[in-house]
Amino acid sequence: MSDIAAKERVGGALPTLPARTDGLSLAALLFAGFCVLCAWGATRTVASALDHLQIERGAGWSIVFFLVIAATAILFWPAARSWSFSSRARQALSTNNIVEARIDAAAAREWSYLTFGWGATSLVLLAFASFIMANNAGVGKTFFYLPLIAEKWDLVLRAFWNNIKIFVIAEILVLIWGLVVAIARLMPGPAGRPVRLLAIAYCDIFRGLPAILTLYLVGFGLPISGLPDLIVPPIVGLFVNFDGMTAAEIKQFTRIPLTWYCILALTLTYGAYVAEVYRAGIDSIHPSQWAASRSLGLSYLQTLRYVIVPQAVRRIMAPLLNDFIGLQKDTALVQVIGVVDGFNQARMIASNAFNLSAVTIIAIIFVLITIPQARFVDRLVERDQARMRAAS
Amino acid sequence: MAFLEIKDVHKRFGYLEVLRGVDMSVNEHQVVCLIGPSGCGKSTLLRCINGLEPIQGGEIKLEGDRVSGPGVDVNRLRREVGIVFQSFNLFPHMSVIENVTLSPTKVLGFSKAEAREKAMALLSRIGLEAKANEYPDRLSGGQQQRVAIVRALAVEPKLMLLDEITSALDPELVSEVLNIVRDLAGQGMTMLLATHEMGFAREVASKVCFLYDGVVHEEGPPEKIFGNPEHERTRAFLKRIIEAGRL
Repeated sequence: MSDIAAKERVGGALPTLPARTDGLSLAALLFAGFCVLCAWGATRTVASALDHLQIERGAGWSIVFFLVIAATAILFWPAARSWSFSSRARQALSTNNIVEARIDAAAAREWSYLTFGWGATSLVLLAFASFIMANNAGVGKTFFYLPLIAEKWDLVLRAFWNNIKIFVIAEILVLIWGLVVAIARLMPGPAGRPVRLLAIAYCDIFRGLPAILTLYLVGFGLPISGLPDLIVPPIVGLFVNFDGMTAAEIKQFTRIPLTWYCILALTLTYGAYVAEVYRAGIDSIHPSQWAASRSLGLSYLQTLRYVIVPQAVRRIMAPLLNDFIGLQKDTALVQVIGVVDGFNQARMIASNAFNLSAVTIIAIIFVLITIPQARFVDRLVERDQARMRAAS
Repeated sequence: MAFLEIKDVHKRFGYLEVLRGVDMSVNEHQVVCLIGPSGCGKSTLLRCINGLEPIQGGEIKLEGDRVSGPGVDVNRLRREVGIVFQSFNLFPHMSVIENVTLSPTKVLGFSKAEAREKAMALLSRIGLEAKANEYPDRLSGGQQQRVAIVRALAVEPKLMLLDEITSALDPELVSEVLNIVRDLAGQGMTMLLATHEMGFAREVASKVCFLYDGVVHEEGPPEKIFGNPEHERTRAFLKRIIEAGRL
């Protein structure tokens, strides 16, 4: 027994003495074995589902199964490396070569963690595959029934056009309206006080109201109240001559489509969120920027317009996108007032076919449209920073 | 009549009285240096003159016209009185040329081309015309401060307030900024500057005012203040400056 090993037993007088890694390496080996076992199990589940679906399992599927198991078996490689490093560390320690032992032990630990990390990931993927194909592909058929998807995707996509229309117009309006509310909230002086209070009340109310409620109240309530009938005809009358038209004909010109009520409701809701984001951005600009701008003779509003808001907008890009994605997803709520959007269409298909694959389509569309937006905003922010920031 | 007259000016931040009756004046083409320990109210006084801070007592007169108190068109006042800050405060989202032309185009109503031409002339005077399209973050501190001075000059003010404009600079960058101030003084620009650069104050000042505890404790020509100060406090302040190797 070496001196150092003796010290280790006594109570670790040397803080640099490496901890043993044999157990960890063994666990890595066992874990790799377990993963391969699970991979084999998953291929069995898939195979039986394929049999049930009467899909001919030729050589192709055998190759796929083999590749899956082989890919999982790669886990043995880092596990084995870990084991061999552990052995080397053990030997180095027995010859009192403490530095060598420490390096080998660290390598053994690193390789075993690698095994655990990749092993856990492959287990999740295998579990997902098994989940889809379990119960003779019951889950897969419910959510990913390809014939239904192939047949109906264009119908859902066309209905999704309504969502796009609503959120694009609402986003433009929200950008403007949110800024107006934010500036109202920041009005200076005692004269600005009532305006500030009004803006605060607006934000409190519409941020507190669930979007679905606002949609319901605006979409059903406003038409029932008859207010649009009072306001719209005189305005349209300026451009269109109603003389000699029947009431039904006039109605064709003056009816406001339900889509516009949706846009109004979502603008009101998200205007409140975005106003808060704008306000945070404006507040985050250092007061010295105000002083510098005002000292050059620019007025309060000019300072906001040329100095403060441009800087604030650059800072709030990411949270702004958050709210926009929220708005886009909330267009799925417009069906409560009977507008046929992508989700509503998908639900109708789903209940006719007793299969949720159509809903999967709309789910995938919603996810897909947000990804390019996120990347676009990342790029925008990066480009802006590269332009303004020092090269360092 | 003095160009700028400050009479018994009081300024409070809540319960803290920063200025307790400041009296001083600046004649046309004079360079007046405000010296004094940190927190004595130098910056506050300059901000009050520019209308960035309201005052609670006394009055400030520019060319005989009262420019403090309610009803004063501060935007108009600020065209006459330019200020340069310790921390430059350039607009980071605008290039150098945009920084300099913002006020001439938006406030004075110059056309873009006119403002640009004038700005380029000013920039070439300080040797920065090559940096016209750079963003402030890419400039050194000294360059940024020179741009800030030019930005204030672009409005063609009659009076320049300089608020410790070299305090945030690395020592080797101080001279390039002071050279501009020296040039301005040579051209007869009326200036009031708060500074810790005593050697510079001694060189360019027509008058030095020692501000202490919110009042002007002692004022006079630089030879007198630096060579033969009357008051005990002035002497103590200068002694500390000399000990720090700054005079």
